[in-house]
Amino acid sequence: MNINMTLIGQSITFAIFVWFCMKFVWPPIVSALETRKKQIADGLAAADRGKHELELAARRASETMHEAKLKAVDIIAQAEKRAIQIVEEAKGVAKDEGDRMIAAAKAEIGQESHRAREALRGEVAALVVAGAAKVLRREVDASAHAVLLDAIKNEL
Amino acid sequence: MSAEAHTSTEYIKHHLQNLTYGQHADGSWGIAQTAQEAKDMGFMAINLDTMGFSILLGAFFLFFFHKVAKSAATGVPGGLQNFVEWIVEFVDSSVKGSFTARNPMVAPLALTIFIWIFLMNLMDLVPIDWIPGLASAMGLPFMKIVASTDPNATFGMSLTVFALVIYYSIKMKGLGGFVGELTLQPFGKWGMPANLLLEGVNLIAKPVSLALRLFGNMYAGEMIFILIAIMFSGGAVLALTGGVLQWAWAVFHILIITLQAFIFMTLTIVYLDMAHQEHH
Repeated sequence: MNINMTLIGQSITFAIFVWFCMKFVWPPIVSALETRKKQIADGLAAADRGKHELELAARRASETMHEAKLKAVDIIAQAEKRAIQIVEEAKGVAKDEGDRMIAAAKAEIGQESHRAREALRGEVAALVVAGAAKVLRREVDASAHAVLLDAIKNEL
Repeated sequence: MSAEAHTSTEYIKHHLQNLTYGQHADGSWGIAQTAQEAKDMGFMAINLDTMGFSILLGAFFLFFFHKVAKSAATGVPGGLQNFVEWIVEFVDSSVKGSFTARNPMVAPLALTIFIWIFLMNLMDLVPIDWIPGLASAMGLPFMKIVASTDPNATFGMSLTVFALVIYYSIKMKGLGGFVGELTLQPFGKWGMPANLLLEGVNLIAKPVSLALRLFGNMYAGEMIFILIAIMFSGGAVLALTGGVLQWAWAVFHILIITLQAFIFMTLTIVYLDMAHQEHH
């Protein structure tokens, strides 16, 4: 418990320790702390920003979806209208086609009956001529009465 | 070390004596074998145990912290770094709370004071006969392992702090300002002697109270450990009581050693803050 040189030795030791601490211990630790504090603050800010952007994106997405839904309903309505229209058009076309086919068939039938009539007429004329020839064998000279006979054939 | 070989008084005295190296009365240099020899060496002697343990602990502290500081990562800190950063932040917030001026020296100073005193005080928790016993087996007559129970150590620190207080007082306020602070208040220039007396006491009280507070607390704590240790030689019942008491006192002492380190640090910060402030 005597005061001696230890007092001075301790003072010097203390001063050296403080100097060392000030030079090599305190600054790196504090700067690391500061850097980390900044990093954490930046990270938190970025997270906040991200959250905000996410909210905006979600809002945008729901808006887009709403629009899309409206558009889809529109398109469906249009398509239905168009389908009805097409069906109607097809009905009209089919009816026309049918009418045309019926008309064509009718014309053909007319032609056929005309042709048959022509043929019949020819045959009947020939028969008439043959009949008449049999009846009038002697009196009728085919060549002499050809003009007459032709006139009769045309009248039939 | 065995208590049977000593009387209680001798035992206590033995534990309170530093291992002193200096010049004997006959002119030769060596280690003092008795308390009287150590006393006779006067000022030109050195307490080897105080110096040794304090330097060892201070070097341990600086080595440990320097290792962490070198590899201090800004990413996720490991366990050791966490621990060091926790202490550094604690000291830093203490400094920021009490020290208003700007001085890059104060925070490292506070950290050094806090950890160094804490470690020196911590040696008090080592059972008091272990290391002195080991030392006497090695032929050393005394060994006092708690450096802060040596007034040389506490005054060494407090006088260094005092020197800093005076240095910064003069640096911040100028020599005139510092002298003016000592002589011109509180009573104005006509009460100069009274001012000088009051402010002088005020100034001198700073290092004295710093050193004596720490020394007194640690010395008393050590003394109680010694007294408890004497009980160990007083039969089974007394020894058992002593064991319980030692444990209880050690637990309580953990609080004291931390508190004393903290008080020394805080008062140093406050004194330096006062040194930096202009009153006029």
